[in-house]
Amino acid sequence: MELHILLLFMIFAAIIAIEVKDLLSSVIAVGAVGFALCLAFLILKAPDLAITQLVVEILCLIILIRATIKRDLPLVIEGRWVFNTISTLAFICLFLFFAWLALRELPRFGEPIMAVVKKYLQEGEGRTGAVNLVTAIILDFRAYDTLGEATVLFTSVIGIMTVLRRPGRIKKK
Amino acid sequence: MTTDSKTGMTLIVKTITRLTVGLILLFGIYIVLHGHLSPGGGFAGGVIVALSFVHLMLAFGKDVAVSKISKNLASNLESLGAIMFLSIALLGFLGGSFFLNILSKGTPFKLFSAGTIPLSNISIGIKVGLGLFAIFLALVLLEKAKKEK
Repeated sequence: MELHILLLFMIFAAIIAIEVKDLLSSVIAVGAVGFALCLAFLILKAPDLAITQLVVEILCLIILIRATIKRDLPLVIEGRWVFNTISTLAFICLFLFFAWLALRELPRFGEPIMAVVKKYLQEGEGRTGAVNLVTAIILDFRAYDTLGEATVLFTSVIGIMTVLRRPGRIKKK
Repeated sequence: MTTDSKTGMTLIVKTITRLTVGLILLFGIYIVLHGHLSPGGGFAGGVIVALSFVHLMLAFGKDVAVSKISKNLASNLESLGAIMFLSIALLGFLGGSFFLNILSKGTPFKLFSAGTIPLSNISIGIKVGLGLFAIFLALVLLEKAKKEK
């Protein structure tokens, strides 16, 4: 149910990002799509992907905003310091409250919750035949990951070959 | 590999390089082939293979290294490594699913064991090694093309 709402929200935000005239609004709409995708990863029980998506999304948003804005944004602080201070304190309190809730859920030190790792360590050698467990994990259990890494390397090589090629022939008019 | 040519570094560096570069290449291949038995694997071994070619280029100048492996050959072999890895993944469909280890596991601690893992290591080694060397070669050839202008 939440997933469907998130997907509809992402589609809606993507359409806005294409259709809106203002460039900054478009960038912010793209950011909304990314953060919704991050929430979707979290709902689908993939917190590592969600963290990666969050970091990448924030970085992309900052870079895109810097690229789209020509002038610096004016920062108005005169006459509004009461509101600014109160809102800052409120957000700090909110953050600390949620951080406290999250920290209470963490397992105690020395009691890992990663049940999958135990399975790898116990059955890794028997199921793959590889004595080196690192290789067994990256090339058998998690080979999808390695395929992705190989694709990243392949893309970077193609990119460098394209950017650094010799200057092309100039067409004679 | 001539020592009397003007390109490259001094005679001492060239002599030492001629003695060691084969061993470095062999060590890289060893790391790739024994990836499922000892620390290492396709990524680490591939980097060592690439460094042996880089070593050759630094000592003897770019012409000797390019005569061994040209830029096009390097990038073609890199693509071949990628296709090999993907076809190993697709071979798993013979057994039912993507990336399934269909070959026999063999006995542990033997070189020919662990099914498709050594093959994946070899393809990743080719891919990483020649990909890195292709990047290095592209940078060097770009510098040369700039000077010619």
